[in-house]
Amino acid sequence: MPIGDMLLRSVDDSQINTVFPNTFNEYKKWDKKKDELPPEEVYKALFEELAYGEKIQVGRALTRMNYSKSGWKSLIKKTSREIKKIVKKNEFPDSYKNFLIETNEKWADPTYWYAVGQMVNTKTPIYYYNAIDRTYDENQNVVQQIENRRVYVQTWIKTFKVSVYVTFFCLILGFPVAHLLANLPLRYSNLLMIFVLLPFWTSLLVRTTAWIIMLQQNGVINGILVWLGVISEDGRIQMVYNETGTLIAMTQILLPFMILPLYSVMRVIPKSHMRAAQNLGAKPALAFWKVYLPQTIPGMSAGGLLVFVLAIGYFITPELVGGKDGKLIGSWIAYHLKTTLNWGLCAALGAILLGIMLVFYWLYNKIVGIDNIKLG
Amino acid sequence: MALPSYATPVQRTYYYTYLFFCAVVFFFLVAPLMAIIPISFSVSPFMVFTDEMLTWPPDPDAWSLRWYKNMIGNCSADVVSSTVPCSDKWVTGTINSFFIGFVATFIATALGTLAALGLSRPHMPYKGLIMAILISPMIVPLIITAAGMFFFYARINLVYSFTGIILAHVALATPFVVITVTATLVGFDMNMVKASQSLGAKPLRTFFKIIMPLILPGVISGALFAFITSFDEVVIVMFMASLDQLTIPKQMWAGIRQEISPVILCMATCLVVLSIFLLTTVELLRRRSEKLRGITAR
Repeated sequence: MPIGDMLLRSVDDSQINTVFPNTFNEYKKWDKKKDELPPEEVYKALFEELAYGEKIQVGRALTRMNYSKSGWKSLIKKTSREIKKIVKKNEFPDSYKNFLIETNEKWADPTYWYAVGQMVNTKTPIYYYNAIDRTYDENQNVVQQIENRRVYVQTWIKTFKVSVYVTFFCLILGFPVAHLLANLPLRYSNLLMIFVLLPFWTSLLVRTTAWIIMLQQNGVINGILVWLGVISEDGRIQMVYNETGTLIAMTQILLPFMILPLYSVMRVIPKSHMRAAQNLGAKPALAFWKVYLPQTIPGMSAGGLLVFVLAIGYFITPELVGGKDGKLIGSWIAYHLKTTLNWGLCAALGAILLGIMLVFYWLYNKIVGIDNIKLG
Repeated sequence: MALPSYATPVQRTYYYTYLFFCAVVFFFLVAPLMAIIPISFSVSPFMVFTDEMLTWPPDPDAWSLRWYKNMIGNCSADVVSSTVPCSDKWVTGTINSFFIGFVATFIATALGTLAALGLSRPHMPYKGLIMAILISPMIVPLIITAAGMFFFYARINLVYSFTGIILAHVALATPFVVITVTATLVGFDMNMVKASQSLGAKPLRTFFKIIMPLILPGVISGALFAFITSFDEVVIVMFMASLDQLTIPKQMWAGIRQEISPVILCMATCLVVLSIFLLTTVELLRRRSEKLRGITAR
């Protein structure tokens, strides 16, 4: 239910329509081919709606208008001050159009009026376009955002890259460990299992803090390296607040999610299979490749998908450890939710992420079955 | 798992490399957690291993409890340092965290157990779909759940209230209960329910006398999972709690963003101890449950 609401938000554009209903109605009648500027009625409706509109509602609408073309907000604010002045005196201009153009010449600039065209409908895909760095030009065509405002495509790519790397590292690190745990006698493996389960049970923030302590410039790892003489005192490596830090911390944090599914699959593979293969003349490496590995594929895909899905939506660790260039898409969602209050864009980013998740979730369900998730 | 005596030198090398690699990974998993514990007892506010701390025999001047005193709100002169603020925020946060955690756990456990019981019936319609929906809060990124809930709560006026946070945590924690209880119910013999009913017990009595004692280990470990989920949750609290609704994770988050103080490490140490405790409990319960059901080991 909350998620459905969010999806609605991502295309919702009705707020501004409740503020300028008449203006937009008149606007729709404007024949752009015949006249360069909208007809008198549009200016009149806008004048009236600015004169009598509720201040808070108008303010919100202005924020929205600024998304489609910057400059709207100040233009309307200035104009509405002028309008209120003469309304107080109970004077009304003969021509609203001329009056508005006199107060500010931007009203004669058609590009502002073209931008209105994006807002006259109550449903809009603009936020989705924004989320992939696209926007409308004057003629309502979808074009790329100007160079220095393109951030999202880059972030999406980075999010994917980090998730793929994390999944890959988790697989490399997790596979031997799961194999060891699955093949040791139960007594030892239960003991070693604690090493896997303890991080799994510990607070995410604790683990993130721990990594900051470990990786910072005067932190534990740099300290050890200096002590060992690998690096010099002023050659301390910057490992945190960048992408490296994010990768290391996320790999450690998500590793248990790889080991546990792998372990549960490996445990039920009979050991006799490997022996049989070697008995038939296969070298250990070949036996492993041909006999053992194929049997672990369900575990690898389950763990891999789980780690990937979790990594792609990660927010806390990249935000804290990532610094400036480690920011992933989750950080942007939080930023628009909390700081800029551009909820439409926030919801659109969320919806795209959700769509990606659902594809993987569906895959996971196909491959492993959702009720096969095990904990601990 | 040991090497056979006829292993070739190459095999031996492989085997020891493999063991070494595993050891490194285990170290990688646990080392960060272990590193913060000694640092939290340090005198210095800089959160590093100072030279004095590494001497042997231990130098009593290098170690202290001052950050722990700071954490519990004792702001006397020997505790306060210029860079570390002192307040009772950690205490308030702890109380709030436990309050939210307990209430959310209670509701989530009740709902989750009932859901699992219903879902384990053989003739349940749309079982897969319901299960997928129930589990979804676990898979969907928290930030999306948080954003969605924020929008939704903003409409029905639940933002900035404890009720809102608790309800959100219940939604997050229920899947864990459903999963653990479902796992316990796999070995549950439905004939026992029939037997108890044929002996004249009403459904409610059957539930409390027959079903409940048998699935109790699963329910408790589910509840612990639910508790840790709620206790550890920061994203939702960040968006939906007002300024004075502090919880431990929120306070830690704020601390890490501004400047990490040793007090955060003290809290982190406490949380590590708590998780060790919870982990042990769950592990013991799991073994007990398997014994009860007559399944020998895993």
